[in-house]
Amino acid sequence: MHWQLEIVFFIVLITTAFIALDVKNLLVAVVTLSVFSFISALLYIVMGAVDVGFTEAVVGGGVSGILFIVLIFKTSRRSSD
Amino acid sequence: MTRKDNNPIVSLLSRIVSPFIMLFALYVIFHGHYSPGGGFQGGTMLAAAVLLIRLAAGREISQLQFKKSWGTPVGSVGVFIYFFTGFLALLMGGNYLDYSFLPLGLEAPVTRGWGILSIEIGVGLAVMGILVAIYDDLLEGEPND
Amino acid sequence: MKYVNYLILVVFAGLMIAASDNLPNRGDANAPANREISPAGSKGAAYYYIQNSKTDSNTDNMVTVILADWRGYDTLGEETVILTAGLICYLLLRKRRKTDDTKR
Repeated sequence: MHWQLEIVFFIVLITTAFIALDVKNLLVAVVTLSVFSFISALLYIVMGAVDVGFTEAVVGGGVSGILFIVLIFKTSRRSSD
Repeated sequence: MTRKDNNPIVSLLSRIVSPFIMLFALYVIFHGHYSPGGGFQGGTMLAAAVLLIRLAAGREISQLQFKKSWGTPVGSVGVFIYFFTGFLALLMGGNYLDYSFLPLGLEAPVTRGWGILSIEIGVGLAVMGILVAIYDDLLEGEPND
Repeated sequence: MKYVNYLILVVFAGLMIAASDNLPNRGDANAPANREISPAGSKGAAYYYIQNSKTDSNTDNMVTVILADWRGYDTLGEETVILTAGLICYLLLRKRRKTDDTKR
């Protein structure tokens, strides 16, 4: 139905996933992971599962990012490899 | 969170935005019968509003809003509301979690709607309390959290 | 080491694409999960849910009725899991001040 929109979402999804794997700064990785969660929530909404998309946006884009940032500030900032 | 100097822009903006997030979370919980949403989403948004104040304002001001020792009791009260709604239906002669036996004096479909609202409130309280409690437990013992 | 990671990713992506080849299309009315009559010949569960959610519980949102009323045990178990996670964080991370006599 909205296949052009879905292709754009999939391209952004895969790009953010590779950025989150690749980047050295862990704070940037957390923010990119939140963007990944939000894009996947948009994909769920386009596919018709509005409740699942709402849960994914709230949990993945909001609270899990906060918890990751707290863990990063409690440990060291940069990745070792 | 761990910074000592307070940025006035971040502090003011978080204080402006946080009540509106709470209002929308209450809308999501209580309007879950008619629109997408429900207890889990609304409770997570309530927890996000509380955690926004905690991240931006530091320890003393956030303790005025939601104390550190309240998280786990609020979560336990939420799960107890859920459990007790089902147990009340069991006491009134129905099956466990069969809301049409709740003693409200209405007809069966309306009673089930009110039972669904009751357990949504329980789920929202549980999720909010537990998420805030996990945040507070992670930052336990920091000098200026 | 990095190339091994990317090789594993590419192989896994190929595996997932090959596995998703035989799934029915999204929203296909003739897929077994979406049909009104199940392959065994009886009425499916989704048929009952769609027909009876408004008259059974006086609630418009079908997902809420399924999650909170007909699958209430499931949601109770989910809440118990969340409460257990919170209690385990409390037990592991909270410092006990009264019985802690060694200064750290």
